[in-house]
Amino acid sequence: MQPDTFFRRRRLQSLLFFVVILSVTYGSIVLTQFDVVRGLLAVPQAFAWAVVNFIPDERAWSRLPNILSKLQETVLVAIASSTIAAVLGLGLALFGANTTRPHPWFSLPARAIASVFRNIDVSVWALILLFSFGQSGFTGFFALFFVTLGFITRVMIETIDEVGVEPIEALRATGASYGAIISQSVIPSCLPQLISWLLYMIETNIRSATLVGILTGTGIGFLFDLYFKNFNYGSASLVVLVTVAAVLLIETVSNAIRRIIL
Amino acid sequence: MEASLPSRRIRLRPRNRANTVLQVTLITLVLLTAYGLVTLDTRNIDVFAALGNMFNDFRIVFLEARLERLSWFELFRELMITVGLGLLTTVTGGIIAFFLSLFAAQNLTPRQVTDTVKALMAFIRAVPTVLWVLFFAVTTGLGSVAAILGMTFHSISYLVKAYAETFEELDSGILEALRASGANWWQTVFQAVVPSTASALLSWTFVRFEINFSVAIAMGATAGAGGIGFDMFMASAFYLDLRELGVFTYAVLIFAILLEWTATRLKETVGIKRPV
Amino acid sequence: MSLLELHSVTKRYGAETLALNSITFSVQSGEFVAIIGPSGAGKSTLLRCINRLIDVSEGDILFNGVSVPKLRGKELRHHRTQIGMIFQHYNLVNRLSVLENVLHGRLGYKNTLQGILGLYSEQEKREAVRILETLGLYEQMYKRCDQLSGGQKQRVGIARALVQQPKMLLCDEPIASLDPSSAKVIMDTLREINRTMGITVLVNLHQVDVALHYAERIIGINRGQVIYDGPPHALSNAQIYQIYGSEAGELILDLKERYAA
Repeated sequence: MQPDTFFRRRRLQSLLFFVVILSVTYGSIVLTQFDVVRGLLAVPQAFAWAVVNFIPDERAWSRLPNILSKLQETVLVAIASSTIAAVLGLGLALFGANTTRPHPWFSLPARAIASVFRNIDVSVWALILLFSFGQSGFTGFFALFFVTLGFITRVMIETIDEVGVEPIEALRATGASYGAIISQSVIPSCLPQLISWLLYMIETNIRSATLVGILTGTGIGFLFDLYFKNFNYGSASLVVLVTVAAVLLIETVSNAIRRIIL
Repeated sequence: MEASLPSRRIRLRPRNRANTVLQVTLITLVLLTAYGLVTLDTRNIDVFAALGNMFNDFRIVFLEARLERLSWFELFRELMITVGLGLLTTVTGGIIAFFLSLFAAQNLTPRQVTDTVKALMAFIRAVPTVLWVLFFAVTTGLGSVAAILGMTFHSISYLVKAYAETFEELDSGILEALRASGANWWQTVFQAVVPSTASALLSWTFVRFEINFSVAIAMGATAGAGGIGFDMFMASAFYLDLRELGVFTYAVLIFAILLEWTATRLKETVGIKRPV
Repeated sequence: MSLLELHSVTKRYGAETLALNSITFSVQSGEFVAIIGPSGAGKSTLLRCINRLIDVSEGDILFNGVSVPKLRGKELRHHRTQIGMIFQHYNLVNRLSVLENVLHGRLGYKNTLQGILGLYSEQEKREAVRILETLGLYEQMYKRCDQLSGGQKQRVGIARALVQQPKMLLCDEPIASLDPSSAKVIMDTLREINRTMGITVLVNLHQVDVALHYAERIIGINRGQVIYDGPPHALSNAQIYQIYGSEAGELILDLKERYAA
């Protein structure tokens, strides 16, 4: 290929790329009826408004105990649902992974179940679960649980298969039972990864729980919605601040744990 | 030799930091889980009856799904609006994030600047998307404008982290070579950094698109963003129609699986490891 | 009675591939046997049929008078405890300590619950430590296995096999991933185990010179068939050609150099 044809082709590719991006963007703007001008103006307006109004006032600080107790509720739901999902997800992954499945037939169903659970968004699960659990903590708990179960199963299948068949073969050769092979070889190899993904899901789920809380009337999400709809912006801003603090704290702790165990 | 053997019980596992931290983490999580379950806000629901209902509801959603109020064409249009929300916020977020991430990568920008940008992004990321959307809704009212702004904000913070980490993994030799040849900063970025990371950047952007598709559904349901999420909210909270909700669920499930399949193919070719 | 007898052992993969083709030989207790052959000759499959990591298609294997192909469940696990196995890639659990990996050799003796919980008696631990000591790994006892060198890892593999208190060791290319000096240590160790503990050793080797140097008996395999079975000194160049086919040229050249030096 001649150098100039090479560069011409490169330029053409870049051009094509940007044309596609532009048309997709334009199509999306039309489809979603996005008012670009209003959108661009809204950003400085929103922040200008926030500087004046979106600041915790005295009334907000007096509500801090209530806010913190709702935050605790949300964080605990996120931790409980993620942890239980991680344990069951590991179990499902053992059935799905090529190296540990008891029989080849288990693999596909395990992977399919996981796929359905994680590919239905947490808000959709919440909308379905509202029918049976109503406005209770269970709705959020199970919604987070399902999505996390699907996610953990998928990543643990990958982790187990990455560890490989060698240590499993060695333990089989010593006469170890299936249970012993899993608990003495597979789980020790995968546990740090499992903990790492579990911490990641807890971080994600605290944010998701806030969202689900708006739908189900529970936790910190509900409290924000309540203050916000009553134009109680000072208190709403305090909710945002404590949420951010909690998420950042958990992120920092998780990163520290990851650095040590991985 | 026998004398050198420890006479006390022999430990199996060395007492080291990694094992201790692992154990403490596990125990803490188990205790918090137990406490979380005990204190769960049950509102006096009979769990076992509700679980029975849940399975029945699942049966209706997945086996008796049918459209009641919308036509198939309308369903498709609503789904496309949700996809459009995801695309628009990913593309705008990606473009803005690209420029910001150049100032968040330690091998391209001085430490003081990168630390500031990274801290700002960590803050933005820590605020759940729905709160960003509601925040913008104060000035714009609930609707697609607020949703798009909020989602874009969160996408930016996510992608800046992903992009910056991609840049930082870049082989320092490539940058050195260009600097040695007298290239200026922008030339280095566009002649070395972008070409050697383009596929990874695209792959991360696609991962974010997957996320934004889900978020778009959620914003439709909770923050008036429109699209299929809003229809699902109406089917659930207003019409109490599990059958129609079932069709919507299938629609988003199939689209999400399609996206995941594409992402897996992309990851296989590009080889990125994990979401942030 | 022989410790191990193979009668017309055949292994098929699908309809086409014949990995082992009617293999018959027997091994006396205390022998040191090297199985040589080119890569893909069926050496690994053969070893794995003996402890039933792979099921045979036809034929019979008798170990200590017990027919191996028919064993199920508990009996099969008991059969495996009597045979230690050593692998080319060591097959250790990298994240666990050396001691934990060695004790894995005791899992075959545990009931389900003990196995799952990894409960080992003090006596077992003491025995594991003693074996580590004799193999020169006492200092490494609490190190994670991924911090060890290849030669050390293989010695952990040997220790794991020894705590089984096996009658026989199956060694699948134990030195293929090692440098020459570590390889020598491992082969010396295996010979030592054979001589002092009386454990029968069956070792797969790719390298003819090593096999000739250590083994009392050579079994040459090509395309799943036994080509040679006899003492090392009776193995002729022509037979090496037959076993190794086109690969043989280099091997014989190597041998000549070695003998010249």
